[in-house]
Parts: sequence; C-alpha cells; structure tokens
Amino acid sequence: MAKKKTSLYREFVKGLWDDNPVLRMLLGLCPALAVTNSAINGLAMGMATTFVLLSSSIIISLLRKVIPHQVRIAGYIVIIATFVTVADKFLAAFLPEISKSLGPYVPLIVVNCLILGRQEAFSSKNNVGRSILDALGMGTGFIFVLVVLGGIREILGSATLFNLQILGDWFNPWMIMILPPGAFLTLGILIGLGNWLNERKVKV
Amino acid sequence: MNNTAKMIIVLTIITGLSGGILSSWDNITKPKIEYHRLQALKAAISEVLPQYDYYDELEAEGTTLYVGRIEDQNEPVGIAFTTQGSGFQGNISMMVGVDPSFNAITGLKVLEQVETPGLGTKIVTDPSNKSNPLWFPEQFVGVNLFPAITVVKNIKPSTKNEIQAISGATITSKAVVDIVNGNISRIKNLYQSTD
Repeated sequence: MAKKKTSLYREFVKGLWDDNPVLRMLLGLCPALAVTNSAINGLAMGMATTFVLLSSSIIISLLRKVIPHQVRIAGYIVIIATFVTVADKFLAAFLPEISKSLGPYVPLIVVNCLILGRQEAFSSKNNVGRSILDALGMGTGFIFVLVVLGGIREILGSATLFNLQILGDWFNPWMIMILPPGAFLTLGILIGLGNWLNERKVKV
Repeated sequence: MNNTAKMIIVLTIITGLSGGILSSWDNITKPKIEYHRLQALKAAISEVLPQYDYYDELEAEGTTLYVGRIEDQNEPVGIAFTTQGSGFQGNISMMVGVDPSFNAITGLKVLEQVETPGLGTKIVTDPSNKSNPLWFPEQFVGVNLFPAITVVKNIKPSTKNEIQAISGATITSKAVVDIVNGNISRIKNLYQSTD
C-alpha cells in the first residue's frame, strides 16, 4: 500500500479534536441541538450514539469484504438500525426516566449521518482494530461536545448541573437557553471558539 | 457466483440475523418495559384518587376507567381515567380522578406534554414556586365539574369551579381545563352506563 498508515494512537485521538464530529465535521447536529437541554441528556444521547457507532463499526468492518458494493448502504442501514433498536429497548427497559426525556431522538440515531458517515468513510475500508479505535475516538468526541453543550445550557437555563443546584437564588435562569434558540447560540459559540483555538495553535 | 445472487444472499442473511437478534432482545426487554408502564400507571392513579385498597378496570368504548374501591364497601372512592387533547405545542395527556357522583375532581396529573420549557411545563411542576411547585395541578383538587370549569387570570379563584392560569402560559392552562371540560360528560355517561 502506497499510502502511509497513520498510527493507532492517531486513529483514536483525531475524533477528540482535529476531526471532532460536531465541532469540526458538523455531523450529527440534529441530536446535538435537540436533546442537549441538560448535561445528563447529552451524556445519555452521546453514550447511546457511541454504542451504536462502535457496534456497527465492528460488524461492518468484519463484513467489509462480504457486502457487495452496490448494496452496501442498504446493508449498513439494516445493521445500524438493529443496534439502534437494541439501544432504544435497553433504555426503555432499564433507564425509563432517561428514555422518556430523550423521546424520539433515540430511534432517530438511525439517520445520524455521523454513524453512516464513519461506516462509509472508515469502517468499510479498515480492519476491525482501527475501526474500533476510530469509533471510540469519534464517540468520545461526540459525548464530550454533547455534555459541554448540555452543561452550559443547563447551568444558564435552569441554574443546575447534572440536576444539582449550582447557582443560587440570585440567578434568574435564562429560559431561552433550554429552548431551541439556546442550542443554536451555544453551538455557534462553541464552534467559533474551536476555530479560534485551532488558528492560534497553527500560528504557534 | 454472480454478483446479483451474492447481493440477494448477503442482504437476506443480514436482515434475517437482524430480525432474529431483535426478536430475542424484545423478548428480554418486553416484561421490563411493561412493568415500568404499569408502575407509572399505578403511581398516577394513586396520585389522583383518594386512599383506596384496590382498583377495578372498566373497559368501555376504547376508554379504560379505573375505579378505586375500599374493601367491603359498595360505593367506590373515585374514578380515574386518562384523557388527552391539544396543548400549546402538542398533545397533553393526563390522568384525572373524580368522585363517584362526578361532582368534583379528586386529583389531576399530567402524564405527557411537550409545552414550552419553563412556562407551559409548570402544569407538571413549577420550580420557580419554592413553597409549592405543584400549585397548578393541586388547584384542581375539589374543583366542581358542572357547570364547566373556567380559567381566571392574575386573580385568586373565587368560586368552586375556577382555576388560576399560569402567567406566561395562559393557552396551556386553558388547554388543560378544556381537555377536562370536553371529556367529562362522555366519561360520566360511560361510567353510568356500565355501572
């Protein structure tokens, strides 16, 4: 192979910052905007997505030479949908409170372009080990952004973090932060901050 | 093997395996999901009815009435039912408890809603009211059902069939009252025809 192989460590850490799914690649924005009205919801959504991403990456990377090219998308979607349903039922059976607050967004992980994107761009071309590292890295990066986003919105919008009161009675919660506009504002500022940090890094 | 046959075989195997996995996972999780649903239902019934020993389920025209009873007593303590209707942004569904003669409400609990967070969601709990976050649903306890319940704004209710609206969420408050008003006669007829 002429292409130089990237190191295993690199496969993992690229998802955390350089290729962060939300901040850098702008993938999976629907759940990132919709369910992050509290840190715990962001964490649960991130974990569910990571579970689906990891499981389908393993299976698809194992089957990458078996699935014919013409029907690969259909095959990927069936595999992804299977794991999404497993995750959805798991939450409903064991964590009913979280399942209720995430509502329809768990089944909607099926259409999260982050997952299909990683299968098409990575797992279908790389071995299982690398696919696992890639999925874990991307998943961790996704969880990180969702928790930060949910945390900021929860602190400003309801004066709590992980349901613990952290700002006193003097603080009048900014209702808008837990409404949809709060998600757009916070995400925009985070992406801008990310770009600013990256520019500075390059100069140094 | 030609490519068309391979496509069919591979996809068939993948979907078959997926179906198998899902049906066995469903068998594992179904009892647990059903258990949670029943727990939530029981909790809601006990919140809207006065103290009871057990409840009967009455099925009539697709509506289930939960009749709370005390051992060795003919007269039930109250009737609970779920009802739903349009709120400000989407469906509001709630459990309502009434006394057996349908004079007054014994309790009301909102089960599902998608109202504006921080405003309309006060129909469930109001965190800004530190002394009594449940002031809105608790207003319904003892409210008379006939004539129809009305909504008042910014003043304390003066008669036995008035509810004070949440400031900033008048439409949501009114929706809750309208859902009760709109369904109570039907439920009353259902109960009296089955009893």
